[in-house]
Order: sequence, then C-alpha cells, then structure tokens
Amino acid sequence: MQHALVLLRRRLISSIPVLLIVVVGTFFLLEAAPGDAVDAYLAGIGGGDAAMVEQLRQSYGLDQSIWARLWTYLLSLLRLDLGWSVAFDRPILQLIGERLPNTLLLMGSATALSFSLGSLLGILAGARPGSFTDRALSIGSLALYAVPSFWLGLVLSVVFAVQLRWLPTSGIETIASGKAGLDRALDIARHLVLPVGALGFIYLALFIRTMRAGMAEVWRQDFALAARAKGLSRPRIVFRHVARNALLPLVTLLGLQSATMLGGSVVIESIFAIPGFGRLAQEAVAGRDAPLLMGIIVVSALLVIVVNLLVDIAYGLLDPRVGTSEQAA
Amino acid sequence: MSFFARLLHSPEGLVGLLLLLLLAAAALLAPVLFPTDPLSIVAAPLTAPFTNGSVPLGTDRLGRNVLAALVHGARASLLVGLAAAAVAILVGALVGTLAGFSGGFIDEALMRVVDAFQIVPGFLLALAFVSVIGASLPTVVLAIALGAWTGPARLARAEVLSLRERDFVAAARVIGMHPLEIALREVLPNALPPVLALTAVIAAGAVLTESALSFLGLGDPNIVTWGSMIAEGRNVLRTAPFLSLAPGLALVITVLGIYLFAEGLSDALARRRIRQ
Repeated sequence: MQHALVLLRRRLISSIPVLLIVVVGTFFLLEAAPGDAVDAYLAGIGGGDAAMVEQLRQSYGLDQSIWARLWTYLLSLLRLDLGWSVAFDRPILQLIGERLPNTLLLMGSATALSFSLGSLLGILAGARPGSFTDRALSIGSLALYAVPSFWLGLVLSVVFAVQLRWLPTSGIETIASGKAGLDRALDIARHLVLPVGALGFIYLALFIRTMRAGMAEVWRQDFALAARAKGLSRPRIVFRHVARNALLPLVTLLGLQSATMLGGSVVIESIFAIPGFGRLAQEAVAGRDAPLLMGIIVVSALLVIVVNLLVDIAYGLLDPRVGTSEQAA
Repeated sequence: MSFFARLLHSPEGLVGLLLLLLLAAAALLAPVLFPTDPLSIVAAPLTAPFTNGSVPLGTDRLGRNVLAALVHGARASLLVGLAAAAVAILVGALVGTLAGFSGGFIDEALMRVVDAFQIVPGFLLALAFVSVIGASLPTVVLAIALGAWTGPARLARAEVLSLRERDFVAAARVIGMHPLEIALREVLPNALPPVLALTAVIAAGAVLTESALSFLGLGDPNIVTWGSMIAEGRNVLRTAPFLSLAPGLALVITVLGIYLFAEGLSDALARRRIRQ
C-alpha cells in the first residue's frame, strides 16, 4: 500500500505539466477557428446589432487579448470551473457531469466484455500455439479488428433491433417509463447490449492477440518446461502456470486502450443516440461551441490520466516485482 | 529463397498482397473506369443491385452509381491511409530522434509533448482539428496524423538511445560533424527500419478513422468516401441496407488486406533474421 501511495504522488506530480500542455495546446487550436463563440451564438439566434455584439464580447471576455484569456481560463480551471457552454447555455461542468456517467457505463461494460472474452479466447488460442484453433482465432480476430465500430453498430442494430426486434434501437433507457430500481437497471442493460457489443467487439481482437502472444512467450520459459517435466496435467499447466503469467500485459493494455475507447464512443453514441460524453463532443462540433469542446478535451485527458493511474496501481498490486523496482529507482 | 518469395509463401502475405493490389488497381483506374463524377445522377434513385446492367450495384437515394462511388472511394481511403501514415512516421521519427539524441531538457520537454498527445483521445483531437480548420482532404490527413505520430516518436527515441553510444556516432563526432547533422544523417537512417514497420498499423487505423470522420459528416464534402456512403445509406437502412453494407465491406476488406500484408511481411522478416 505504501508503494501505491508513493507511486500515486509521483504520477500526479508528473502529470501536471502534461495536462498543462494539453490545455494550452487545445486553447490555441480552438483559438485558430474562424469566428468566436459570440459569432456562433449570433448565427444561432439570427444576428444582432453592433452594441449587443460588443456587450456580449465583453461579457464572455472576448475583448481581451489571447494571453489574458488563457490566463483567465487556467485560473478558472484551478477552481474546477470549465466555463459556459454557448450552444446549451449552461455551465459546461454540469453538462459533462450529466453525460459522463452514461459513457463510463458504456466504456466500462465494453472493457469488461472485451477483457473477459478476449483473455478467454486468447487462452484457447495460446494453449496450443500453431494448432488449428490458434490459426482460426488469429485470422478471426484480425478480421474483427478490421471492422469499423460504427458500421458494426449499424449492422447489429439492423439485425437485432430492426429485423428481429429483440432489442431497442436507440437511447439509454425507455423515456418516461416511470421505472425504478431493478426494473430501470434492466431497462438500461437492454438498451446497452448493442452499443456495448459494437464497442467491445472491436477491442476484443486486441486482447485475444495480446493474450495469445503472451502465452506463446511464456511457453518458452523454463518454469513452463519444469511444469511439463513434473507431469502436470495440460489444463493445469495452461491455466495455473502459463495463462496466469501472460495475463499481466493485458492489464497494461487496459490503460493504453482507454483513450482509444473514449474516442470510439463518439461514433457509437451517435449511432445509438446515447446521451453521453462522446455525443456531447459531436454536438459541440455541430454547434461550433469552442468552450464546450475545450472542456471535453480537458476532461477526457484527465480521465485517461486517472485510468492509467488506476491501472498502474493495480499492476503494482498484481505483480510485486514492479513495486520493488519503483522503490529502488 | 528470395524475400519476395518468402512473403508469398505465407498465406497471410499472399492474400493481403492480392487484396491490396486489387484495391490499388481500383483506385488508380477509377478515372478511367468511371470518368464521370461519381456524385452525379445517372439512373433512377434506389435501383436495386444486379438489376440494371449500366449500374451493376444499383443506385443510391439520389440515383448515383454505387459501383462508381465504391471505386472512387477506394482512392480516398488509400490516399488518406498512406498520407497519414507517412506524415505520422516522418514527424514521429524526427521528434523521436531529436529527443533521444539531444537528451537532457530537450528530451524531457519533447517527451512531455508526446505524453500530452497520447492522453488526448486521437479521435476527439481529429474531430476538433477538422472542425476548426475546415474539412478537406489535407486537413483530414493532418488531423489523423496528429493522433498517430506518438507511437513512431517513442520507438524512434528508444532506437536512438541504443544507437547513439555506438562507434560510428563517436567517429562522426571526431571528424567534426555538427550534432544536428549526426542526428539526421547518421542516426536517423539507422533508427528508421523498426519505425517503418509501424506503417501498416498506422495506415489501417487511418483508414478507419477517416471513415468514422466522414461518417459523422466531417470528411471532405466534395469527394466520395466510404464513410460518407455509409452515412448516406443509413437514411434508408430499413429498405435498402445494401447501400450501407457495401461500403462497410469495402472498408473491412481494405483494412484486413493491410493487416494480412503486414503479418506476412513481419513473418518473412522474422524468418530471414533466423536464417542469418
């Protein structure tokens, strides 16, 4: 536990400059856009006179220099204030706080699906490297990896929601159903089956391939040979000795994939009309809402930092060797 | 056995190469096969596939030739995939080499920038970039490369760190070469091969990202892309699912072709290394 705390502190400190680069970089990128938030707002309401434009610019602080605005933005970030959304006319933090849980639920379920099924199939493939099962799974996972997630989502929704009518086509829950407790949870689960499937299946391939490659590596190690020489049964060697040691790289993959999955949720949420974080990003782009887009990028960077931190801590707990080397360093 | 023969020997490499050759032929011959603009209206809207000889794969909601759009779409996909991979590898290799070779503060600063690009989801970054600069083919290429150059940068840096203590670098120093010249002319070329091996994965990812961007309506509006075809077909998904299925399958085949080819290539390379 001591190790975890040391690691936590070190990682938090080292992530501050990185986050600062993200904030400043995104600020200047969005600054390069033609027109500002007031232009977008005026286009939305159908124009206004010069005095009103002037007053609006002042109230948003847009009459100040770019450096002054960057400084103000950084200061308000420290107060956990992400600013005001032009398109929604609401505080950005509140908007993100509303949308984030849906996305976390979607991503968490998709990760759980791809991790569990992926490691299982990876064990199946890696149990006998070079066997027919191994080759079939390897080609199959490659094909799966080549499928665009949004297209898989469309195909799944045509088959299971439109043709078979087994599952709902869109949304996170039945609107105004008055359901509560377990009923509501089941309702949400039914709505999430297709999007989680579409998102999870894409990343399934990566877990299968990593698990399989890890097992092929472990088979060559001395202790695997020793286990075979002792005359242990094949399933025991596969599960207790080989698979267990090949599982760790998959944990690393969890952290690496969190950013990709967050990006992937944009299209999936737009296809299944899930009011989540990713869809908010698309709405920010459509509404030319630069402050909202800025807030979304900052929060997603924070989220990725946190996920990677959790993965590192989990890694240290799973593999005692990591903690010792950290301390020696 | 020559290297090429070894590549063709593995079934993955052979199938991948065939798929890629087919696509490249389609992309190159698109203006010859279908000289009219694929966005122009040629027949009755929503002609079913395999019913009209002049439009073998039917037409979309506006009466545009699906086969012509598919063939022209191959152009956009392959072009974006290759260009984005080239930009990502070039920028990544340069940054990685400079970081690894300089060490100290420059290394630290450059690697923090790499970290920053890695924690922002690449797709969000591409989305923001295209929406700010405006949707055109070069913007889309840059937007995708923005999220893809960090892998090559890390790999190049690691290579350079192991190379820079070698004798040939010391020799270059002794003859009085400028450090920048040593980094770019002596170290970079030697660090490049493993970085180039990332090309296929990056190109495949770029093809998928481009399709997702144009599916969301953020691709170049003046050219046909498979992603925009899927988005267009989505409006008639219940009655004419073929319009979304066909470009999606084309995407799967393209990306699978790239992966298989890469697999065959790395197999062939590994076997060559064993023989040596």
